[in-house]
Amino acid sequence: MTNASPTSRETIVNALLALLLLGLPLLAFAMGEPFYITLATRIAVLALAAVGLNIALGLGGLVSFGHAAFFGLGGYAAGILATHAFDGVPLFAGIPGTVSMPVIWLVTMVACGLVALPIGAISLRTAGVYFIMITLAFAQMIYYFAISWPAYGGEDGLSIYVRNEFPGVNTTQPLPFFLICYAVLMAALGLFWLLRGSRFGAALQAARQNATRLSAVGIAPFNIRLVAFIISAMVTGVAGALFADLNKFVSPSMMSWHMSGELIVLIILGGKGRLFGPVAGAMLYVLFEFALGGITERWQFFLGLILLGVVLFARGGLLGLLAGKARHG
Amino acid sequence: MAEPVLEILELRKTFGALKATDGVSLDLRPGEIHALIGPNGAGKSTLIHQISGSIRPDSGSVRFLGQDMAGLDMAARARLGLGRSFQISSLAQEFSALRNVMLAVQARQGSSFRFFRPVMDDPTLTEPAMAMLERVGLAGRAQMPAAELSHGERRQLEIAIALALGSKAFLFDEPMAGMGPEGSKSLTKFLDGLRLEAPILLVEHDMDAVFALADRISVLVYGRVIATGTVDEIRNDPEVRRAYLGEAA
Ligand SMILES: Nc1ncnc2c1ncn2[C@@H]1O[C@H](COP(=O)(O)OP(=O)(O)O)[C@@H](O)[C@H]1O
Ligand SMILES: [Mg+2]
Repeated sequence: MTNASPTSRETIVNALLALLLLGLPLLAFAMGEPFYITLATRIAVLALAAVGLNIALGLGGLVSFGHAAFFGLGGYAAGILATHAFDGVPLFAGIPGTVSMPVIWLVTMVACGLVALPIGAISLRTAGVYFIMITLAFAQMIYYFAISWPAYGGEDGLSIYVRNEFPGVNTTQPLPFFLICYAVLMAALGLFWLLRGSRFGAALQAARQNATRLSAVGIAPFNIRLVAFIISAMVTGVAGALFADLNKFVSPSMMSWHMSGELIVLIILGGKGRLFGPVAGAMLYVLFEFALGGITERWQFFLGLILLGVVLFARGGLLGLLAGKARHG
Repeated sequence: MAEPVLEILELRKTFGALKATDGVSLDLRPGEIHALIGPNGAGKSTLIHQISGSIRPDSGSVRFLGQDMAGLDMAARARLGLGRSFQISSLAQEFSALRNVMLAVQARQGSSFRFFRPVMDDPTLTEPAMAMLERVGLAGRAQMPAAELSHGERRQLEIAIALALGSKAFLFDEPMAGMGPEGSKSLTKFLDGLRLEAPILLVEHDMDAVFALADRISVLVYGRVIATGTVDEIRNDPEVRRAYLGEAA
């Protein structure tokens, strides 16, 4: 054994990334710069969305080009429930809206699970580029549905007048809200870590590496992938709810294919299948957007160049560069 | 005579105009090694695929342990006890040899829908998997990613996986291919003992191994079984000599 095994190095890199993401807003708070707290919150929320996608894409090799649908669904769950609570109008059958984040997240997860089930069940009959296209098609259907549904703002979107509430936390302040997002991100990373090491994770990763092998030992890849797709959608959905609370606004653009692409880009940048890949990717992406977005409208062009570089020269993404190749026990 | 474990009846499969399987019937009885030989392109692998469920036959039936396999996919057949190896080895390449076998142990134990307990800390998975690697002589390579194993070692690993499944019949497609003479010899010895655990349908080009191991041999040519019999019967069958064994026999 060499004294710097890649596994332990990855653990250190992960810890540093986690501390960095926590330290930045604390520092910003101390210096009275709330803008940077918001920036860090944006990183945390996008990272959370990508952690969700990383379950399907990174572990299962399922390149979903439709995860924006779940992101948007979470956003609308937050927006719609908050609007009904604000107006005092029940949703339907006398069920009231709510401004409680935990309830919103729960509703989001149920909704995303229910939507992901048929989408996954149909999309997973295909593979490769067809899977990409079908997930995209489903997401676009939901996107156009949101645009054409005037009750909740249609194309103009829906405002959340006061950020939703979390028991014991003043969510209207940037730092407490960041801490909520950060905690949820850490919980999702914990979930990802557990899943990856579990029996389910073993089957899921085997399905990515060689589905025939998985079948030959008697495990049907379809069922494993479907469950992974659903869990993945639920996590990305919660990120969407937080994103809506961050911006106090939700619009169909959260569901557009640009958003789906952005989530994939985050994962590729950070390192797909890696625990902290989405975190590294989101940091890079948001900082890039912030640093270059002010200078040139064309910052996405430079992002494209970086992405090209990663795909050509650093397949493992940022995590691959910092922590070496991934190893499976 | 004991009931056959595996019974194939009038199986047919065409690829376009090519009759890859042309009315094949054969069976596999308890305790035996039934070798399937024939020239390249005869349809041996295609037959194995149809038995294991990765290719659907056009007509005919496969019965395993008295049950018709029609409508059961590869995973379902594997769960019933059909263990196979592949001519071109088929493994989870990034996983270590041990994790490849653990996957089979996990499958045998039942549900893969367990989301939290880390597999590497689960001795009910690691210990049986390690034992299977030891049986095939691969224990020293347990931590090696499958992609980094030699051809021969991958074959051994596939056999360890089939063992870990607790298979009730083995389908091995050219397990000796890519092995040196030493490897072939030790695998021959291993398979010799394995038939007591479960019968083996063995596709193999290595005639020394086939003649040493087989209780019965079936000869497949252009998708048809042209002869089935004991080693001596096949050696002395004039049609087999003409079509396949040639002067070498
Ligand atoms: N999926 C397929 N599509 C078309 N032809 C195939 C396919 N698989 C096998 N064949 C053809 O069927 C014949 C039998 O192949 P195979 O079963 O691999 O033979 P063997 O294992 O005896 O060498 C060959 O002519 C091969 O080219
Ligand atoms: Mg073959």
